[in-house]
Amino acid sequence: MNHAIVEKSAALLFMLTFIVISIGGLVQIVPLFKIDTTVTPVEGVRPYTPLEQLGRNVYTREGCYTCHSQMIRPFRDEVERYGHYSIPAESMYDHPFLWGSKRTGPDLARVGGKYSNAWQLAHMVDPRSVVPESIMPSYAFLKNKPLHLDDLDLHLKALKSVGVPYSEEMLEKARADVEAQATGQGDTEALLKRYPKAKLGDFDGNPSTITEMDALIAYLQVLGTLVDFSEPDAAGATPAK
Amino acid sequence: MTAAASTIGSTHYAEGQQTIVGYNEDVVRAFSIATVIWAVVGLAAGVWVALQLAFPALNYGEFFTFGRLRPVHTSAVILGFGGNALLATSLYVVQRTCRTGLWGGPKLASFLFWGYNAFLIAALISYPLGFTQSQEYAEPEWFLDIWLTMVWVSYLAIFVGTLAIRREPHIYVANWFFLAFILTVSVLHVVNNLAVPISFTSTKSYTLYAGVQSAMIQWWYGHNMVGFWLTAGFIGMMYYFVPKQADRPIYSYRLSIVHFWALVFLYIWAGPHHLHFTALPDWTQTLGAAFSIMLWMPSWGGMINGIMTLSGAWGKLRTDPILRFLVVAVAFYGMSTFEGPLMALKPVNALSHYTDWTIGHVHSGALGWVALMAFGSLYHMVPKLWNKSLWSIKLVEVHFWLAAIGIVLYITAMWVSGITQGLMWKAYDEFGFLQYSFTDSVAMLHPYYVVRALGGIFFLAGGILFAVNIFMTIYGAPSRRRSGADLQPRLTAAE
Repeated sequence: MNHAIVEKSAALLFMLTFIVISIGGLVQIVPLFKIDTTVTPVEGVRPYTPLEQLGRNVYTREGCYTCHSQMIRPFRDEVERYGHYSIPAESMYDHPFLWGSKRTGPDLARVGGKYSNAWQLAHMVDPRSVVPESIMPSYAFLKNKPLHLDDLDLHLKALKSVGVPYSEEMLEKARADVEAQATGQGDTEALLKRYPKAKLGDFDGNPSTITEMDALIAYLQVLGTLVDFSEPDAAGATPAK
Repeated sequence: MTAAASTIGSTHYAEGQQTIVGYNEDVVRAFSIATVIWAVVGLAAGVWVALQLAFPALNYGEFFTFGRLRPVHTSAVILGFGGNALLATSLYVVQRTCRTGLWGGPKLASFLFWGYNAFLIAALISYPLGFTQSQEYAEPEWFLDIWLTMVWVSYLAIFVGTLAIRREPHIYVANWFFLAFILTVSVLHVVNNLAVPISFTSTKSYTLYAGVQSAMIQWWYGHNMVGFWLTAGFIGMMYYFVPKQADRPIYSYRLSIVHFWALVFLYIWAGPHHLHFTALPDWTQTLGAAFSIMLWMPSWGGMINGIMTLSGAWGKLRTDPILRFLVVAVAFYGMSTFEGPLMALKPVNALSHYTDWTIGHVHSGALGWVALMAFGSLYHMVPKLWNKSLWSIKLVEVHFWLAAIGIVLYITAMWVSGITQGLMWKAYDEFGFLQYSFTDSVAMLHPYYVVRALGGIFFLAGGILFAVNIFMTIYGAPSRRRSGADLQPRLTAAE
């Protein structure tokens, strides 16, 4: 083929370039939406509670993902250090994914339940008070910032519109669920029915206000705890019903 | 003829043409000045975040923590410094190689300049305030993304429009690469940023994609920002400024055709190598690794074509520090694109991923290839745009060595700390227990982070000399004597 034909036509060069750059993306991306085994549903995975989701928003706002991954690779050392390797279903309600690309700090995919709320709080306020080698910034200010709840329903509705299966009941009770989870009081039974395994209680040691610190710690405490890997089939060898 | 030439400041003769061509050089000058400013801002932000990692006390309060400032650095250097350099050079090159002014006229061009830089300023203010999509290199929230889309479409229109009204039969090779860059970035930006705002009065949005798909689309975007923004666009720069500065034709026309089509086809597939051993399906990871290896060929094709252009003119490297910037940039391009496919191999990636090795690799490309190419191109272009001689060649020489020392300090520190991190995480003692706690691997980093910051300070010092030299050239140096061969932006009388 004579390349001069392409060089002499801006339209042809444009069209050919467009076709050539489209192929790779189409082949790699489109099947991920079409092939069922890409994400096998697994027992236990549920949408975040409203408090956890708001905590996740604090995590993204602060750029925690710039230093912490949430993706345990299937290597002996990683599994021993962090726990069972991560499986696709565990991030199926994550908009966006937070697998990260750098471990300046440790992986957080299964940090939930590893430390007490009090440790998490002390670590956020002054990381070097509990981990002398740490180079993490202090996030003490989160303790003084009341959690913004006025647009809570907008958050959940937007998430629902992109595919997170929040039910009408979950949307209706969102505010009550935040309060129940962050105080351990109110209708916690209904909360736990809607969101099994949610951690309850006053996370930041300040019962009078629900703060961004409450939300962030609630989020950290649920990470990696939803799937029970002691079950032989947990990693999705046979799909959940 | 006289009237046309005297009314518009940026009108001048095109080389070897009898007709007067109205080049829009005002917008190129504006982008050039913005490039210099963003270079200093972005490099300074880089030094700051590097120091924060060495000395965590440098994190201040709510707004100036590493997590919020890291995107300030990456956006200021990639989109600010790199982006303005790409806009300046592509609009300079497309006019000269097409022998025509910009399509769309001066108003659209000035919208492009102000629109793009307003986007940058807004984005950089928004990160410390906590507005972010938390997707690397795509942090700006939905309202800024829409704004950038409008700006970018106008760029694409200006560029393609100018190609369409060219007065040269052939489209020059530099423009193929610029076109591929502008076009691909439009596609990447739109697809990766599809999101639902929680309301039209809120800054917050949620991306359309979740989990595995979100990861794949993000790294399809992220890797091709490297492949097209930082590679294809800068290869476009190489294809104009290396032959110009060396005063030699491009080494091989055939090679340029082959490596252009191979590069734009193969790059798009390489994204999944950022997701090796993750929950992304294996078939996708394997494709990503395979295409990353194949990328060796077109990458080195481009490097060979750039460096071999100096055939018969190697001696100029000794005497011309501007040419040295350009050629050493191409050499770093060769080195980074050798290292990249290596790191995309799964066994190597198992060690390198999540470590500072990746950061070292990125900076050998970003400082060595992208920044040196941008510096060299501006040193070549600015004297022509303002019709002045460069204020100080000696200072260019000093800048070169400061940059070279900075890069060497930076990448060696990151290689050592990265490989050490990777090995420590995987080390077992004789009883079969993990040998190091994670915090051991953090404590180990300190000296390397100090050296890295020092490397950044060297590079920033060079960047400041660059800014001084460019501004003194524009405002301090006397005008060059006009000659017929020189392209003169400020002709007052055409007779």
